[in-house]
Amino acid sequence: MNMPFYVAPEQVMKDRADYAQKGIARGRSLVAVEFEGGVVICAENPSRNLRKISEIYDRIAFAGVGKYNEYDQLRMAGIRHADMKGFTYSRDDVDSQALANQYAQMLGQIFTHEMKPLEVEILVVAIGFDPSGDRLFHIRYDGSVTDEDGFAALGGEAELIRKRLAEADLVSLDLQGAIRAATQALAGPDRELIADELEVAILDRSKTGRCFRRLENNEIDAALSAQDS
Amino acid sequence: MGLDPAWRINQSMASTAHAELEITHGTTVVACRYDEGVVIAGDRRATAGNLISHRSMEKVFPADRWSGVAIAGAAGPALEMVKIFQLQLEHYEKVEGRSLSLEGKANQLSQMVRNHLPAAMQGMAVVPLFAGWDRRRDRGRLFAYDVTGGRYEEDDYVASGSGSLHAKTVIKLGHGGTLERDETVALLIRALFTAADEDSATGGPDSMRGIYPIVATISADGYQEVGEPEIVERFADIVGEFSDEETGS
Repeated sequence: MNMPFYVAPEQVMKDRADYAQKGIARGRSLVAVEFEGGVVICAENPSRNLRKISEIYDRIAFAGVGKYNEYDQLRMAGIRHADMKGFTYSRDDVDSQALANQYAQMLGQIFTHEMKPLEVEILVVAIGFDPSGDRLFHIRYDGSVTDEDGFAALGGEAELIRKRLAEADLVSLDLQGAIRAATQALAGPDRELIADELEVAILDRSKTGRCFRRLENNEIDAALSAQDS
Repeated sequence: MGLDPAWRINQSMASTAHAELEITHGTTVVACRYDEGVVIAGDRRATAGNLISHRSMEKVFPADRWSGVAIAGAAGPALEMVKIFQLQLEHYEKVEGRSLSLEGKANQLSQMVRNHLPAAMQGMAVVPLFAGWDRRRDRGRLFAYDVTGGRYEEDDYVASGSGSLHAKTVIKLGHGGTLERDETVALLIRALFTAADEDSATGGPDSMRGIYPIVATISADGYQEVGEPEIVERFADIVGEFSDEETGS
């Protein structure tokens, strides 16, 4: 009888983590920044069709980096979870915390039990009725969740971008200011991003019902060309 | 012993009578096209037998941003159908990243009505109207249904419910070619008023309780409910005509 070689669990987990991290590092990054009127999510994405950001429910949005088909599956699972819950109970009962937990369970399960971990990192964004109710749940390939405050960055250059955002002044931003801050953090000091290279969406607190909205190129351009006040 | 021929005739008569029962709904809902979209409207009365069970029921709903649905028939299943319909349109839009075409939405509703047929056979029929703005063709479109899920697109106007006969007649007489928004709102309110006047299961304007029909427009700007002041004013116009006749002026 053939006996498989013994591999220490530590080694297995480390290999899987390395594999997932490598996959994620290949893709471009995205950031979410809270501002007074809600949360803006900004992704470096030259494609108009393969989207990284999506609506989940009235006040919840989703963003993912890494392997497209894998985070798209998670996105659809999230929409299904939210729609089912809202239909069975009420629209008010759909909350981001439960969704983030569900994602964490799924990713954790796959990371430990499957051959191949998902090469994704996702962000569950939710807005409250005032800024104190805003939530950013950052969920990694191994199912670990962090509750970010003020801003979040995902993807290959996340560390660097996070550092840039931490240094930026994010107090009392308006929408345009938030878009500029997010774009500058994504681009870094050595280059500039234009509207065609960006995918921008917001959760708009001033709306009722479905608060998710994608920004068109002209709106992004207007925000980028406006002067920092 | 063979079948008694008389019994067979009785059977078929009974089923005809049964079929007639099914298409009586305590409601009038109407929709009409105008130059920049469609107007959809419905009365507020719900009945249980000969009793009024609810005075402020809503029968006109937004299906999504660009379309609306109005219901006639058994209230419980109808409301459930609207809820599922709204959910399906929203779910599709979020998953696919774009909304269904208006035709797709109309077909979806058709399937739901079709699946409801067994309940309809037991007397709980649901017969909706569907109206919306077709963003690919840039015009408003109207759809009527029957209990089997048959989907019928109409050019000018549609109506459903027990008062639909009277409502349709009013619209037919008042519909001279292309209408503007305000005219159409006034015409549908007149149609509902007449339906309520003739049909006991259709509710008229209730100024005592401040309950008026729900009227909504769907155009390139999306689904928009018509404000109560405008509806009250249109009813006042009709009442004014009556009192003018009384005084002979």
